[in-house]
Amino acid sequence: MAIATRSKERAKRPTTSLIPGSSRSSFWPYLVPGLALLTFIIVIPLLWNVYLTFTSYRGIRPPEFIGLENWVELFGDTTFWTSFRNSVAMIIAMVVVPTVVGLVLAAMLFDLIGRKFGGRLASFLRATYYLPQILPGVIAAIVIGWILRPENGALNQVLAAVGLGGLQGNWLGDPDTALPSIMVIMVWVQLGYPVVIFMAALQRVDPELYEAAELDGANWFQRFRAITVSIIRPEIFVVTLTCAIAALKVFSPIYALTGGGPGTSMIVPAYYAYSEFFQSQQVGYGATIATALTVVIAVVSIIFVLVQTRLERSEEAR
Amino acid sequence: MAITDTPAGTTARAALQQPPRQRPRGGRARKTAGDWLILLVAVLIGLLIAVPFLLILANSFKSPADYATGGPLSLPTSLSFDGITAFWERVDFPRKLWNSFFISAVVAVLAVGISMFNAFALGIGRVRGRTWLVLLILLANMLPQEVLLYPLYFMFREVGLYDNVWAVIIIFTVIQSAFGTYLLASVYGTFPKELLEAASLDGASRWQILWRVIFPISRPTLSVLLIFFFIWTWNEFLIPLTFLVGNDNQTVPVAITVLQGDRLMDVTTTSASALLGLLPTLIFFLIFQRTLTRGITAGAVK
Repeated sequence: MAIATRSKERAKRPTTSLIPGSSRSSFWPYLVPGLALLTFIIVIPLLWNVYLTFTSYRGIRPPEFIGLENWVELFGDTTFWTSFRNSVAMIIAMVVVPTVVGLVLAAMLFDLIGRKFGGRLASFLRATYYLPQILPGVIAAIVIGWILRPENGALNQVLAAVGLGGLQGNWLGDPDTALPSIMVIMVWVQLGYPVVIFMAALQRVDPELYEAAELDGANWFQRFRAITVSIIRPEIFVVTLTCAIAALKVFSPIYALTGGGPGTSMIVPAYYAYSEFFQSQQVGYGATIATALTVVIAVVSIIFVLVQTRLERSEEAR
Repeated sequence: MAITDTPAGTTARAALQQPPRQRPRGGRARKTAGDWLILLVAVLIGLLIAVPFLLILANSFKSPADYATGGPLSLPTSLSFDGITAFWERVDFPRKLWNSFFISAVVAVLAVGISMFNAFALGIGRVRGRTWLVLLILLANMLPQEVLLYPLYFMFREVGLYDNVWAVIIIFTVIQSAFGTYLLASVYGTFPKELLEAASLDGASRWQILWRVIFPISRPTLSVLLIFFFIWTWNEFLIPLTFLVGNDNQTVPVAITVLQGDRLMDVTTTSASALLGLLPTLIFFLIFQRTLTRGITAGAVK
């Protein structure tokens, strides 16, 4: 936030509770259960981890203080940077594509199919798109792994059946196809979430706005951009932020599909931390990776929430 | 409930419970070739998404011999329940089902409660520093769960809750309520002020306002959270895997994954296990589908 706008924002900020006669501080007791639980389950373990990043700890003998050694090692660790490069791919597959495609699909289902072919068909299609979301991640991975496996996997059999046998491959085992395959799988998993949220949000849009725009000669895309996107912006924020957090800390599909392989080519930060914690027993180093990941996620979230709060306020001021 | 019968209350409730707008006007008759093309695309996408589910369905009812001859793509030549019964008995499925159900249901209720209290203070009470408090609470959602494993293992072992479903319940109550607080605080921030003013003029205390005004009006949003929390907790893997080591305490996804290493598992049993693992959440989702859409619309984020 720029400093210049800061004082202006302060002045606009409401300083009373929404209930007249109740001071803001009288609401603190309601935060006690939540914050107490948060302290024990989240804050203390987090601080514990931060402490572990300055130690060498193999899980048996007590942690030994080694200063910044883990952090120095982390910045020179190519596997760590590979894992973040894969995080970018995960953000494309789990945030960018699902949000954009989800927005178009939701508008298509709601505006066109719902209107011309009936709401029932639209809800049925929406439920179909949502299916992968209710499938436990590890089960999805088992099924997908079985579809993609090189010998007698369903995908290779389909390719052979339609005469494209030359395209058959070891989808998850070949470094060239592992990343694209996992990206496609993550799009499949994630797509239903934005569709459901956006379709619900679209019901808030006043149809008369559309009709007016139609009369003014706006085409579908112009209406979509000017009306739809601006009205459901709050949902777009929630979807993008929650998907971005999920993408940065993605773990179970990688764990169950490839174990970060082939080699370490498909490793993601959360899986790297896990393997240091439990496979190499380098608890101090694992804690360092996990802490670095937490910092990245926290920074992304803070920027998001600040931008969101700011937009909400400028909206109210209007 | 009496308070919500004021004129402002009825308008607000009507606005919140508005049925989805349909536009019968414009006629179902005017369908251009383009409309059919878009429908075709939408249906094709749906089919593509459903393929893995259809494969699970087809292969769960095959005998291993049938699978060996027909491969994964053929329909079963005869219905065989061997895979399903083999899995059912091997993992003591009813027990795992109950564990998953108990954990998810308790977490959903507790997390909605905590979210509501938090959001009441943050959204309605507007306590000082609320933006940063929301961010602090969101930490629970942001942390990679691996961070929690070592410290919580020691802490729960200390208090005798290791390998106990309550350890998992407490952890997920905190994690799920982080999302709930984020969403609800923003919904409550735009709560109709007239209602709160009327209630406080009637002499209602904060506690009464929360239960008699805010709770009933935000119930649709709360039900959505309840459903999300239930499904999300059901599908969790890493923490149940680490904290519920005893066979009697395992959840459905953990039981299925643990079995994968088993040499005796053939493809049809794997497929049957996937079907049984997915069925409970699917049924749950189908029952509450309507609540889901109605609820998000009602509360939404704004």
